[in-house]
Amino acid sequence: MNEFELPPIDYAALAPILIMMGAAVVGVLVEAFVPRRLRHPIQLPLALLAVLAALTMVVFNADKRLITIGVIAIDGPTLFLQGGILVLSAVALLLIGERAIERGGAFVAQAAITADSPDDRRQAQRAGGAGEVYPLVTFAIGGMLIFVSANDLLTMFIALEVFSLPLYLLCALARRRRILSQEAAMKYFLLGAYASAFFLFGLALLYGFTAGLGDRPAGVDFATIHAAVANSTQSPVLLFAGMALVAIGLLFKAAAAPFHVWTPDVYQGAPTPVTGFMAACTKVAAFGALLRVFHVAFEGARWDFTPVLGVVAVLTMLVGAVFAVTQTDIKRLLAYSSIANAGYLLVGVLAPGANGLSGTMFYLVAYGFAVLAAFAVVTLVRDADGEATHLSRWAGLGRRSPLYAAVFTFILLAFAGIPLTSGFTSKFAVFGPALEGGQVWLVIAGVLTSMVLAFPYLRVVVMMWLSEPGESTPTVTVPGGLTSAALVIGVIATLVLGVAPGPLLDLASGAAEFVR
Amino acid sequence: MSDFPFLSVLTVAPLVGAVVVALLPRSRPTLAKQVALGWSLLVLALSIVMWVTWQVDGQRFQFRESYPWIPNWGVNFTFAADGIALVMLMLIAVLVPLVILASWHDAESSKRSVPAYFALLLVLECTMLGVFAAADVFLFYVFFEVMLVPMYFLIGSYGGHQRQYAAVKFFLYSLVGGLFMLAAVIGLWVVGGKTFDWVALSEVDISTGAERWLFLGFFIAFAIKAPFFPFHTWLPDAGGAAPAGAAALLVGVLDKVGTFGILRYCLPLFPDAAQWFAPWALAIAVIGIIYAALLAVGQNDLKRLVSYTSIAHFGFIGVGIFAFTTQAGTGAVLYMVNHGLATGLLFLVVGMLVARRGSALISDFGGAGKLVPVLAGVLFFAGLASLALPGTAPFVSEFLVLIGTFTVNKPVAVIATLGIILAAAYVLWMVQRTTQGTLNPALTEIDGMKRDLNLREKFVVAPLIALIVLLGFYPKPVTDVINPAIQATMEDVGRTDPAPTAVQEAAR
Repeated sequence: MNEFELPPIDYAALAPILIMMGAAVVGVLVEAFVPRRLRHPIQLPLALLAVLAALTMVVFNADKRLITIGVIAIDGPTLFLQGGILVLSAVALLLIGERAIERGGAFVAQAAITADSPDDRRQAQRAGGAGEVYPLVTFAIGGMLIFVSANDLLTMFIALEVFSLPLYLLCALARRRRILSQEAAMKYFLLGAYASAFFLFGLALLYGFTAGLGDRPAGVDFATIHAAVANSTQSPVLLFAGMALVAIGLLFKAAAAPFHVWTPDVYQGAPTPVTGFMAACTKVAAFGALLRVFHVAFEGARWDFTPVLGVVAVLTMLVGAVFAVTQTDIKRLLAYSSIANAGYLLVGVLAPGANGLSGTMFYLVAYGFAVLAAFAVVTLVRDADGEATHLSRWAGLGRRSPLYAAVFTFILLAFAGIPLTSGFTSKFAVFGPALEGGQVWLVIAGVLTSMVLAFPYLRVVVMMWLSEPGESTPTVTVPGGLTSAALVIGVIATLVLGVAPGPLLDLASGAAEFVR
Repeated sequence: MSDFPFLSVLTVAPLVGAVVVALLPRSRPTLAKQVALGWSLLVLALSIVMWVTWQVDGQRFQFRESYPWIPNWGVNFTFAADGIALVMLMLIAVLVPLVILASWHDAESSKRSVPAYFALLLVLECTMLGVFAAADVFLFYVFFEVMLVPMYFLIGSYGGHQRQYAAVKFFLYSLVGGLFMLAAVIGLWVVGGKTFDWVALSEVDISTGAERWLFLGFFIAFAIKAPFFPFHTWLPDAGGAAPAGAAALLVGVLDKVGTFGILRYCLPLFPDAAQWFAPWALAIAVIGIIYAALLAVGQNDLKRLVSYTSIAHFGFIGVGIFAFTTQAGTGAVLYMVNHGLATGLLFLVVGMLVARRGSALISDFGGAGKLVPVLAGVLFFAGLASLALPGTAPFVSEFLVLIGTFTVNKPVAVIATLGIILAAAYVLWMVQRTTQGTLNPALTEIDGMKRDLNLREKFVVAPLIALIVLLGFYPKPVTDVINPAIQATMEDVGRTDPAPTAVQEAAR
């Protein structure tokens, strides 16, 4: 009988993932065994503490550069992105945990009850419940942490499912506008399932491609794929098809055109705190994976994928910018803006070398803070029917509540890339390396679409400040402490990263090297 | 004393003032005005000290300071002023207190917060000073873009008819130009070896193709800002809708950033491309002179008319810059100053007239001089200064531009001279239809038209009139400062002045 030897495991390196997963399991147990009224007061601190503990471990691991049990790479980008995801998740959790704005919070407990049935209406009116969101979010965070550190495609696939499934469910939990919420979840789930299937199929093809390596067994870890790209005897069709299918799976999560169609509907239908969570953290995770796959596994095929991904980037920027112009709903507008930002991020992904990598990572974190602050404001502008997301309802908001209108204006100026906001420094951080790498056309496309995109942002600013408040202008709810905290963190981060981006840039460029 | 960090203090001071003013309660508008005025006078005093400290025979760039900002990208807070920047800084420091004084009651009619209006004016002053004082391309770009924000709110929140449309148009036009420039800034950073320092960048050799593209990126931004034909359509709307004080700053100073940018960035950093593009630039400048003047003749809205006259004047400045002679260049910079004074005065006076009548349409006036003789007189003087009558400051600059251009490019000089005739047409006709002739009976029923200039308004116009006359007769203090900077710029471009014809003939 063969002696089965366990691979050496560096538990400290895995600690952030283990902590989040453990917290999620504890969260499920709390939901099952703790009396209803105690659940919320336990769940939120539990989730936040877990995030803080995981973050501490990330900081503790800061100098680690290793691949543990063959599938998890702990290196600069992993640690930076894990840290980014955790910090942004903490802010998102503050929004998710807010109960002062709406009685019982923005969530209901059961997603699958037929919308608008008496049962559904009863659960929408009931104050309590919906502690389920915390374990779901914690699982999703854990999945994202694995996703950005996965060093083979199979682990990456599992991580993809681990963080996607809770997100599908979270989308369906909105307390208001239940049909829209359920529709969003359904759409996200179906399209996400397709995307996963694409990813899996691409994985299989790549496995076949690596079989052509004479000296080592076939596999889907990135080192093997990297070696196979250089000297596999298999047909390159397998490589290209596999690469394309894997890319589709990832680009779907990143909301890049033409795989973006779910984004506006899901962003609109999902409960706003969850939308913020997706816009900030899912983006980090998806682009973290894209960076690793294209910079590590497919690095040798750079000349083959750059034109194609470049076209995707230009298309994404164009679709995001042009469609944003026509939107009349603030959440949909932010969704298209997030699509356009995916395009700018792709420019960073395609910029070769460490500068492109660090620029993209900087962009991800900076954008995450801004977008969380934006959705935090959206949760505050409400009337008797919940959030008032139609743009016409925002007319004259600057007169009614100048403070929140000013905050939102600042965020919009950041999105438009005005200097002294993080939007400007992050655009610089990706366009600079791209131009350095000779991707002039991508930068020009980025600049041109930024011009188009400025228009919808400006329209909202005009609405808020220069229009007279109408009868239907909703009031801004005084936020609870949690939303205020999230808003303050988001705005300060946007300002600081715009005025003094130095420290984070240092951190990013110090982290910009993958282990192989 | 020359070690004192003039430029950074000068830039930051209005911002501090803006914060103070913004924090004042909305119920204390008068206090806000007084604080804002006092603060802007403080800035003026500081800038006068700076002017006195300036060494005319000294280095090209003086008062240089540099502090690290974003070391990863080689960005520094670098401030330094050459003669061109110095006179523009002085112009700003002089204009802002006068604008604040002139706008004393402007904000009250708009139902908006009065302290916020004056805070925005001070923020605008900070960004305007910063854009001229910056010697780091990144820093310049930051000020260039941020400058839009206070102006946008000044127009959009406190403007007149069609203010929303005008504000958005202004913002989008400028932002589009700014983004072109951003692409060029990043490109310059890459080819220049990852530095933003102006001095370092001016010594970099750039390949011809890249140089032309980068020039174009910068030039489009500046041409929109200035504005040159055909990028000018935002200015009449913005100038027409902005409150008079903001319009005076918009046309008097903000737009000079465009021509200043061409002189400071386009010419020295991309000298070969500048020469290559010069015929085109001259062409659009000349078209602008004639075209805008013709449009100005046909305007029935006073503020729009003044805006169009400015576009024509910017054509003159453009001609002066791209003629590449010291005389024309000095004339262009002097024009930037004088135009700021003359058009600033014209805008402020027109604003006073419009505030009294409640309408900016020329056809709503007629014979107003009989009711408000002093105001009408000042309007007439401002008009004459604007058409460059000898004895007023703009004459000197226009003359310098034309003779400087004539020595190298006769057709352009000749066509540009036609602009002077058109200028006489639009100014005199405008003055005639508003203040001369038979009295429009409707005017007598308006209470406002019975009040001539009050003491505050006299304090606004008197310094400007004095400066216009003074510089009209004795421009030497200003030209002495400008000349070395222009000579250095022309050396950067690699052009020398043609020898006088008499000398050429003697040489034969």
